[in-house]
Amino acid sequence: MSAADTPKRSMRTPLGRVRNLGAAHSGTSDFWRQRITGVALTLLMIPGLVIIMMLLGRNQVYAAQTLSSIPVAVILLLFILASAWHMKIGMQVVIEDYVHNEKLKLTAVMLNNFFSFAVALASTYAILKLASGV
Amino acid sequence: MTARIERPLSPHIQVYRWTLTMVLSIVHRATGIALYVGTLLLVWWLVAAASGPAAYAHVQAFAGSIIGRLIVFGYTWALMHHMLSGIRHFVWDLGYGFKPNEREALTWAALIGGIALTVLVWIVAYAMGGGR
Repeated sequence: MSAADTPKRSMRTPLGRVRNLGAAHSGTSDFWRQRITGVALTLLMIPGLVIIMMLLGRNQVYAAQTLSSIPVAVILLLFILASAWHMKIGMQVVIEDYVHNEKLKLTAVMLNNFFSFAVALASTYAILKLASGV
Repeated sequence: MTARIERPLSPHIQVYRWTLTMVLSIVHRATGIALYVGTLLLVWWLVAAASGPAAYAHVQAFAGSIIGRLIVFGYTWALMHHMLSGIRHFVWDLGYGFKPNEREALTWAALIGGIALTVLVWIVAYAMGGGR
């Protein structure tokens, strides 16, 4: 490989170019998404806490009415989706660090996907049901 | 299959002197795992709200019990700590705060800030929800 192949300001090493996306075959996309969802959750924390505070000690009728308002529903949907994505990536890192048996690892990663997706979908369904007023 | 090559291994955690950043790195993971499981509470709450008054009353009875309050208090701390500890990671991601005194200060800030925010959230919660 000649020096001309590598742009001068690139951080990419020749070895990195050969290995391309690495062992996970997905590059740094999970790392980046972990940061996006982390920043999103930090920003959503105050509105999220305000919603919880509004509903403390209130009954289901009041809660259902509050949760069906568009800003509240959108904030909660964003919070749930960012949480599910963030925790799915985080748990996968933990699994990949500590589970060394390949079959067990793949099973754990798969269950992690199922759990995170189920959390996201159940919550989303509940919020949309409240928002539609059915 | 090729024969396993015996390579020298790097020393494992038990040979190192424990440092604050090391402990808090583990705490960051532990709180993350706790929050992962704790999302079940969030799901239960939202599904109950969508299901009706009886289901919602169950959630309120649980959250109001001693065990429930302890769990939600722990969940609040895990959330606040993980958030501040995560902000500390964002600072490091941007390339700041790597000097020994800086990383110690950031880590203490996450630890103390997490406890302080938890107490603050609960004071506000009792002030607002207590009278209802």
